Amino acid sequence: MIEIKNVSKWYGSFQVLNHCSTHVRKGEVVVVCGPSGSGKSTLIKTVNALEPFQKGEITVDGISVGDSKTDLPKLRAKIGMVFQNFELFPHMKITENLTIGQIKVLGRSPDEARERGLKMLDRVGLIDQMDKYPGQLSGGQQQRVAIARALSMDPIAMLFDEPTSALDPEMINEVLDVMVELAQEGMTMMCVTHEMGFARKVAHRVIFMDQGSIVEDATKDDFFGKPRSERAQQFLSKILHH
Amino acid sequence: MNLGIFIEQVPDGDGAWWEMLASGLGWTLGTAFFAWIMAFTLGSIVGVARTTDKPSLVRAGNAYVELFRNIPLIVQFFVWYFVVPGLVPAVKAWVVSLDPTEHQFVTSIVCLGLFTSARIAEQVRAGIQSLSHGQRDAGYAIGLTRPQTYRHVLLPMAYRIIIPPLTSEVMNLIKNTAVAYSIGLVELFFRTREMAEMTFRYFEAFAAATLIYMVIAMSANRVMALIERRVAVPGYIAGGK
Repeated sequence: MIEIKNVSKWYGSFQVLNHCSTHVRKGEVVVVCGPSGSGKSTLIKTVNALEPFQKGEITVDGISVGDSKTDLPKLRAKIGMVFQNFELFPHMKITENLTIGQIKVLGRSPDEARERGLKMLDRVGLIDQMDKYPGQLSGGQQQRVAIARALSMDPIAMLFDEPTSALDPEMINEVLDVMVELAQEGMTMMCVTHEMGFARKVAHRVIFMDQGSIVEDATKDDFFGKPRSERAQQFLSKILHH
Repeated sequence: MNLGIFIEQVPDGDGAWWEMLASGLGWTLGTAFFAWIMAFTLGSIVGVARTTDKPSLVRAGNAYVELFRNIPLIVQFFVWYFVVPGLVPAVKAWVVSLDPTEHQFVTSIVCLGLFTSARIAEQVRAGIQSLSHGQRDAGYAIGLTRPQTYRHVLLPMAYRIIIPPLTSEVMNLIKNTAVAYSIGLVELFFRTREMAEMTFRYFEAFAAATLIYMVIAMSANRVMALIERRVAVPGYIAGGK
């Protein structure tokens, strides 16, 4: 589904991604972890071309992301993305947040879009909030709406960029529960997260990044059992202590 | 003070002095209205251009802003009125077909429209850049094109954020129309001076003008405050409420 081959990216002379190669198969859940500044958010954003890259190739569903002839809006519409800071549109009601992409991008009728959007909103347990504005919801609720917004587009894969990092501790689980449910239903997912409990529960593979490189790309059991690299062992021992 | 002066007839004209001032007010409001539409439209376009990732557009937008922002307004009036028609034959041909008042009116709108648009462009740019970069990403991520992302995601919030400086700009524009007297537009300040010089009632004439300018600028301020309340986003901190 997602193929990343030898991708490198520089900000000026600073290399943020260094020959990264990996893949996400259909129905697979891949967790990307690593210390801050390791390039994991940058990597996930290259998948839907929010971050350009200078070398290598990424294909999604057989379509090349880096090709200048690719219709990027069309490609992005097929991939759902959830951001660290939710990024709901603050001036739109929850229902409008859920329908704008469906109407403007997929060409669905307002009624059809509303029906689909409300179904997804119900799924994340927030149907009673449909007429509110994002600023009137808690962080956890906003992030669940953001997931519903992405799902309303009927994506073939979902990207999560540290979806729980900006949340208060008591709201993390409500978001993780939605993600676990999605994973168990067979959604193809690539998640940048430090939630190792989530990784243990639903991930098929775990990727560990450090200084712009993919240091470890292993099945979940291998990764938590015996990480091969010292760097990953150190990282795990630091975050699993508590 | 002699308030009766306002109902006295203008020696060589038709109507009383108050009617002269009212007619001046009409030109003032007309100029401000059309110049505002022009300034808001052009300012938005240039402001948006300066936030794109196209270096050529950003540079062109910056140059535009610097050009109109760094030359005194009265100089710009003279350039548009006396210099430009001489430089561009097509403009010359057109302005000679207009009657003088029309020529002054159009020149004033163009001059104030461009001058104000540069300032609005600066505010629109700042408004867009004050939004988190994630908002743009979120628009792109659901498949919106760049124009759609500006239209539906970035500009609605940017405009809300810049309502306070835009309010100052509306008030400035109304007050700046007085400079059009320098090219002979018969707006409120022109009529006020005319009344004062012909009647020697300086106090009455300028008291009236002061009052009228204050009322229209303050009305503009109230209208903008009303708009600000109407479009405030519930739960959004910067939106007031």
